[in-house]
Amino acid sequence: MAKTDNRNGPTRRTVLEGGVATGVLLATGIPVGAEPADTVAAAASPTPVPTMPMSLRINAKDLAVELDPRTTLLDALRNHLGLTGSKKGCDHGQCGACTVLVDGRRINSCLTLAAMHEGDEITTVEGLAEGDQLHPVQAAFVARDGFQCGYCTPGQICSAVGMLGEARAGWPSHASADVAAASVALTDAEIRERMSGNICRCAAYPNIVAAIRDAAEEA
Amino acid sequence: MQSFTYERAASAEQAAAAVADRPDAKFISGGTNLLDLMKLEIERPAHLVDVSRLPLNRIEETAEGGLRIGAQVRNSDLAADQRVRSRYPMLSQALLAGASGQIRNKASTSGNLLQRTRCPYFYDRNMPCNKREPGAGCAAFQGFNRMHAVLGASEACIAVHPSDMAVAMSGLDARIETISPGGETRTIPIGDFHRLPGAMPHVETVLGHGEMIAAVTLPLPPPGRQVYRKVRDRASYAFALVSVAAIVEKSGDRVQSARIAMGGVAAKPWRATEAERMLAGAAASNGAFTDAAEAALDGAIGHGGNDFKIPLAKRTMRHTLAAAVESA
Repeated sequence: MAKTDNRNGPTRRTVLEGGVATGVLLATGIPVGAEPADTVAAAASPTPVPTMPMSLRINAKDLAVELDPRTTLLDALRNHLGLTGSKKGCDHGQCGACTVLVDGRRINSCLTLAAMHEGDEITTVEGLAEGDQLHPVQAAFVARDGFQCGYCTPGQICSAVGMLGEARAGWPSHASADVAAASVALTDAEIRERMSGNICRCAAYPNIVAAIRDAAEEA
Repeated sequence: MQSFTYERAASAEQAAAAVADRPDAKFISGGTNLLDLMKLEIERPAHLVDVSRLPLNRIEETAEGGLRIGAQVRNSDLAADQRVRSRYPMLSQALLAGASGQIRNKASTSGNLLQRTRCPYFYDRNMPCNKREPGAGCAAFQGFNRMHAVLGASEACIAVHPSDMAVAMSGLDARIETISPGGETRTIPIGDFHRLPGAMPHVETVLGHGEMIAAVTLPLPPPGRQVYRKVRDRASYAFALVSVAAIVEKSGDRVQSARIAMGGVAAKPWRATEAERMLAGAAASNGAFTDAAEAALDGAIGHGGNDFKIPLAKRTMRHTLAAAVESA
């Protein structure tokens, strides 16, 4: 009987990572096989796309890349750096699946250019845990089963981490009765309003809210 | 996305000059609207000048007792500023009613003012749109126009300005400071900043090419209670069908003065000056608020799908005025 779960075969992730390796080789001009890279590039595209060098600091690592200026931060992460945790949902800032933290603040990585983030401290879902120790928000999502298919989850988690920081800083929201109040109580209504930039098509919202409530209380 | 070159501006003057030098250049700051439009090739700049790191990110007290908000102050920082929250609460409320937490963390003060309409026909390159392609025609006029303008529109365009922030700033009589390529500056009252569509809906503001917003100044907070009320199709992260920013100053049971601006009804924040005039000295009563709302929507024209906005705007205004005096 054929083994259906072949752990040694190629997975979607290894295929993606293989593609990334090829892309990096082409982009950085390292010869592929015996053929000079410029020949390869010329064959692939008659008018070479201009690229620019940039250095990005991602999950406490400095990475040098050479990218087309059009590359969004999300595409840089997923297609060029092998960090496929951040997800592409709508690619228009409407779903939140691509949420990452830049200098501790949550943003949509699909709606910003990689080139605009040189010198910034970028944290993706891959950078939240301390070794095997999950970030408290990650642990809360596991404990509360805050997902079904999981596609929106990295964005939900990064967004929640950023949101909890905003709430700790006393930022009001549309759900706050008095915007001038110095502190905020994270009621479920507050959590839902503050997380409205993250869509879950499985509608795991009750458990997402519960996980974030737990993480807020624990902090 | 069309290919472009990118540079990071070293100073405001240099940024203005870099854009002025090339007709196909644009400023980029938060990018939350511009990049979205570039992906759809509705915006096709060949050169981007990144102004997001210019030192225009402070909120400072002015000599007259107001606040000067740097063009690069993020929407989230502006909404969370304690001075804004206590002295201009309607501005915080408006900002917090717009977009999502992620977008507010990116979107700049200047970019919010300059954001473009979310008319579905502007976004759909298969449909005619005078704003996207002057002279092409307007698909919204006879189309799906639930979100569209009832005031100040033209046959060429019935799109609305999508900003909440700008509506509150209109009610607060904000002034917009700009810097031009030669280094000269000018100050534009917010009421004169956005243009009505007329025959040229693609020209949305009075800014020249290369003229850059440096700051928005709020005068001393006006007396009275401020309220921003937004009505939309879902509870969060949606553009306004109608919004009202109101500041009502009460004296006994009469209205001393009122300032009212509406969003979601026109191509610019719509100041209800006639309603303000009627309310000055009037009884702080539902009857007076109803009359003022009627006057504010006098001349409003629906286009089928958005007919409901006219009564909705009147009710929202009455409700907002009542809320402002109740808590005054």
